[in-house]
Amino acid sequence: MSRIETADVVVIGAGIIGAACAEALSAAGMRVLVVDRGAPAGGTTAGGEGNVLLSDKAPGPELDLAVASRRRWPELIESLRAELGDEVARVEWEPKGGLVVASDRDAMGPLSILAEAQRAVGVEAVDLTPGEARAMEPYLTEDIAGAVHYPGDAQLQPVLAATAMLAAVRARGGEVRGWTEARGLVFDGSGRVAGVRIGDETIGCGAVVNACGPWAGHFSVAAGAPIEVLPRRGMVLVTAPLPHVVGRKVYAADYVAAVASSHVDLQVSAVVESTATGTVLIGSSRQRVGFDEALQVEVLRRLARSAVKLFPVLAGVPVMRTYGGFRPYTPDHLPVIGEDPRFAGLWHASGHEGAGIGLAPATGRLLADLMCGREPEVDPARFRVDRPAVMAEVRT
Amino acid sequence: MRVRFDGVEVEAEEGQTVAGVLLAKGIRSWRTTRGGDRPRGLFCGIGVCFDCLVSVNGVPDVRACQRVVAEGDEIRTQAGAELPS
Repeated sequence: MSRIETADVVVIGAGIIGAACAEALSAAGMRVLVVDRGAPAGGTTAGGEGNVLLSDKAPGPELDLAVASRRRWPELIESLRAELGDEVARVEWEPKGGLVVASDRDAMGPLSILAEAQRAVGVEAVDLTPGEARAMEPYLTEDIAGAVHYPGDAQLQPVLAATAMLAAVRARGGEVRGWTEARGLVFDGSGRVAGVRIGDETIGCGAVVNACGPWAGHFSVAAGAPIEVLPRRGMVLVTAPLPHVVGRKVYAADYVAAVASSHVDLQVSAVVESTATGTVLIGSSRQRVGFDEALQVEVLRRLARSAVKLFPVLAGVPVMRTYGGFRPYTPDHLPVIGEDPRFAGLWHASGHEGAGIGLAPATGRLLADLMCGREPEVDPARFRVDRPAVMAEVRT
Repeated sequence: MRVRFDGVEVEAEEGQTVAGVLLAKGIRSWRTTRGGDRPRGLFCGIGVCFDCLVSVNGVPDVRACQRVVAEGDEIRTQAGAELPS
């Protein structure tokens, strides 16, 4: 394959968000170069669980984006299958549904209120008695006050999904270049983005998309247009493959509060699910520790304890490994999707925190719609770059 | 010392791992895969790959390369994924 010397759009970051943006842009006929300073889909995308969730979002802009994305995922996978074949499109898509469990009456109140609000905007959410919940998940603890079933929740393997979208970009004449760091932007006389500096080379392009995930803040500084995207760390435990123990995505009701919190301190709430190979993934933790990768045993202990509380059978099951990643966090918990008001041609798509896998296809489509001047399906106003929580001061 | 493997008594040395005992007996596979029912034994030998899993005293998913045998251990071939009994 020949190397691209100029592109319509250069996407910085080959994670799930960069891949989804590049897929949508190339579908619109643009020639796209995707660069990543590491391996494609090897950062945040490889450090999560593959959540495609509606259940953990209250009505508002993020839920609107999630609903559009949940509709889009199966369509997109189907179109990738038609375009690239079965092998590439096999991304372990499982529309398995989610079960949110309230451990006591105190947790049941807020969960019922959330479910009611979600139903009002069209999300399928079914209130269950403890007995009904246990009929769905027989290994679930008896010690619960109630649960809500969300048939719309789904799961996929994020690395496979990102690489499938990148394969489509290549098939449409684009290029994906790993181990290539973007160092900054080049502007034309009118102050518009005209290229990207990559090593000693400059790639001429009409637009640049900052899809660097938790490192989007770093790249925005290098680009001269800082935005406030910070890393929030999460850890996951992986059990040895088990017989069928956990059917759905099962999590404790306090997860929703942990997601929405802005605390610096460690937050742990149980999120338990099986993967296609039978391993059970146990999350979730959230911690603001910068880019510190040190393994913290206390976090793992708390994850294990919270999972055993939901599924007592897990107490006797060995943990095979643990992994973690940094989620891109914005101070107002909303993604940043749109053009930078400071430089025409600089776009951002980041800040999805732990929901980037689920929100990816609608994010890619929204960005492509805005860039192509098409009417977007989802209202972009709340994701705009030019909002006080996101626009960082230029630090000198 | 003596341990049992799939119900048969086997001689073992103090300090040997389960994998060491089985390999010394010429046994090279002691698990079947979950999907294709294929034989598995020692692969990495250093506790990383989780390929050499075996059931010991009713506890499944024990890494044969890491578990040091104890007198009277009941070692059993593991078929697919199992829950602790």
